[in-house]
Amino acid sequence: MKKVYINSIASISPQKTYDNGIFLDEITEYNDTVIFAQDPDYKQYIPPAAARRMAKGIKMGVVASKIAMDEGGIETVDAIITGTGMGCMIDSEKFVSAIIDNNEQYLTPTSFIQSTHNTVAGQIALGMECKAYNFTYVHSAISFESALLDAKMQLENDEAEHILVGGVEELGEHTTKVHRIINHIKPEAVTISEVLDSKTEGAVFSEGANFFVVSNEKTKSCYAELVAVETFNTLKKEKVSEAIETFLKENNLKLDDIDLVVFGNNGDVDFDGYYNQLFEGIFSKTPQVFYKHLVGENNTVSAFGVWLASKILKTQTVPEIVKINKINSSEIKTVLCYNQYRGQNHSLVLLRKC
Amino acid sequence: MSKGVAITGMGIISAIGNNVAENYDALINERKGITRVDNVETIQRDEIMVGEVKFTNNELIAQLNLPPENNYSRTAMLGVIAAKEAIASAGITDIKKYKTGIVSGTSVGGMDMTEKYYYEYLTDKETQKYIESHHAGDSTQKIAEQLGIEESLVTTISTACSSAANAIMLGARLIKSGKLDRVVVGGADCLSKFTINGFKTLMILSDTFNTPFDENRKGLNLGEAAAFLVLESDTVVKAENKKVLAYVKGYGNANDAFHQTASSDNGDGATLAMEKALNVADLKPTEIDYINAHGTATGNNDLSEGRAILRIFGDEMPEFSSTKAYTGHTLAAAGAIEAVYSVLALQNNIIFPNLNFKTPMKEFSMIPQTELKKKELNTVLSNSLGFGGNCSTVIFSKEA
Repeated sequence: MKKVYINSIASISPQKTYDNGIFLDEITEYNDTVIFAQDPDYKQYIPPAAARRMAKGIKMGVVASKIAMDEGGIETVDAIITGTGMGCMIDSEKFVSAIIDNNEQYLTPTSFIQSTHNTVAGQIALGMECKAYNFTYVHSAISFESALLDAKMQLENDEAEHILVGGVEELGEHTTKVHRIINHIKPEAVTISEVLDSKTEGAVFSEGANFFVVSNEKTKSCYAELVAVETFNTLKKEKVSEAIETFLKENNLKLDDIDLVVFGNNGDVDFDGYYNQLFEGIFSKTPQVFYKHLVGENNTVSAFGVWLASKILKTQTVPEIVKINKINSSEIKTVLCYNQYRGQNHSLVLLRKC
Repeated sequence: MSKGVAITGMGIISAIGNNVAENYDALINERKGITRVDNVETIQRDEIMVGEVKFTNNELIAQLNLPPENNYSRTAMLGVIAAKEAIASAGITDIKKYKTGIVSGTSVGGMDMTEKYYYEYLTDKETQKYIESHHAGDSTQKIAEQLGIEESLVTTISTACSSAANAIMLGARLIKSGKLDRVVVGGADCLSKFTINGFKTLMILSDTFNTPFDENRKGLNLGEAAAFLVLESDTVVKAENKKVLAYVKGYGNANDAFHQTASSDNGDGATLAMEKALNVADLKPTEIDYINAHGTATGNNDLSEGRAILRIFGDEMPEFSSTKAYTGHTLAAAGAIEAVYSVLALQNNIIFPNLNFKTPMKEFSMIPQTELKKKELNTVLSNSLGFGGNCSTVIFSKEA
């Protein structure tokens, strides 16, 4: 079996992360319950006429994929695999509301065409004229990890050499409204330094696109080796530690071998317990970082966690703003990412310095 | 490389039957399930025909014994019915005995409830339980729960009309790579105003019975359905002394990269998908005994797919037919529905007819199989092509 490497990365998020030359050097402060992705200069990547027809998620996905491809120094790939939990919300909302508001009359196809979950992967393929394998995973908080696992299997078995993998999510106005009603969104605005201690239910909702070129050979831009990916549809709180230890064992690792953990805690008082028990439990002596205070919560934001881990592994620096505890490792060789959303769809991603 | 993955169980609910036996009976008796739509309130009712499962949501809730406070979308309920039949048919009584996962395909997901309660969600507490069942992964999560699959790999694919074919493909790879011992693969999609009106605006819905590969085809009939297969590793098959229904022998996925909704004139994507599948299966085109075509009966699909089939099979074309005239186009579920039909074809050495065909298309001389035909079948190739350029082919075989 071949080893798998993350050779390039790209992130469009509520922070200024689309420039790979910097690493959370300036932080954009928020005091809100919903935060939007910061736009790169889309014109640099997409002709304006085409960009006008694209909803934000499509634009973010297409541009993030181009940034990753540019950094990876490749023109085409053997597969394009995306993850999106909610899909193209903006066009879906447009089409549903048009159906209802106009009683199924005077409809035009554009928003329907762009509403399907595979629109972003399809548009990336169209843009690159890439006829290769093209998949879209749509399973809530593990959508991105499903894509990553698929890519990993193909690369290990040498069915592909380079694969573009990404997660993308856009905010839709109505969807945000209805999620606010069922308290999935925080009741009051919080600043990034308050999120973790907010003691309220719900999360700060967000959007973004994180893309990666993963390959079965290491290139000079390499960020990390992708060692393992595992997802769980359910996992009781009291079984998380055990699941992590089993996962590490399957990869011939012990808890001590982990130099840094990337947690997906989002400040939701009802569900952060999944992580808190680990801060104080099995990882009490391990450096820990988090990121959702900076970029919010969405179904594929765990891809930002992988972005963060990749950056840390390559630069061997841990920005102060992401640190949970004060423990430092002299060298960061092995990183574990753990995420779950509302107690379901847990994921573990294991990365190693390359 | 060419070793197939064992299929040990299957389940289905579609417009032509509520289980595998009923579907088979309808197929061999040429009974189609295309009618006016009853369970979706739409002003398009008199202008379209659909392949509808005739149970109301309340009847499905009662069948599944769901509590009144449940928040199942229709997609989830159809999915549970088919998945349970698949598990029973595989003779599985202890789901936890082996590492078991699910991969499902859907495009509609919980849109049926969202479009019903879209504005009500904002004010009506009763309806708000459905907000969480909107996202596509919800139906799969619920099927897993109903089957007792916990702490495992459960995921969902949405690649429009090729979703379920892709679920089968991923499932086969998960078994081959040893990631899972057993995986339930397939797809589910219910009818919705969203898809009815969406396809209506694209002007590809027929106002009468759909006629795949016919010169005068007027478009597709939308359908709803769910189907699942159980795939098991050789180790499990041996240990449990399992009866193998057929094998997933090959699979291929490619993107047409031509247009967001239309297929290229020459069917580049479909051609590539079939080529890849033949490669994985290590079979020559002449070794394919029957093609279950995607054949939606739209002008664009049948021409593009037909040309792709010609490019691969040339003068040595095996019998081919589309079963969409029976079931309608069941979107994300189609690849799983047709996988069940492909396995039935292999088991019974029978080719199902392409109903409603009269006039050959002027662009080529391909004539589908129009009558039920007995033929010794060892391999069946099934195509699923979709929006976003997604093209998939799965090859099923009698022997591993």
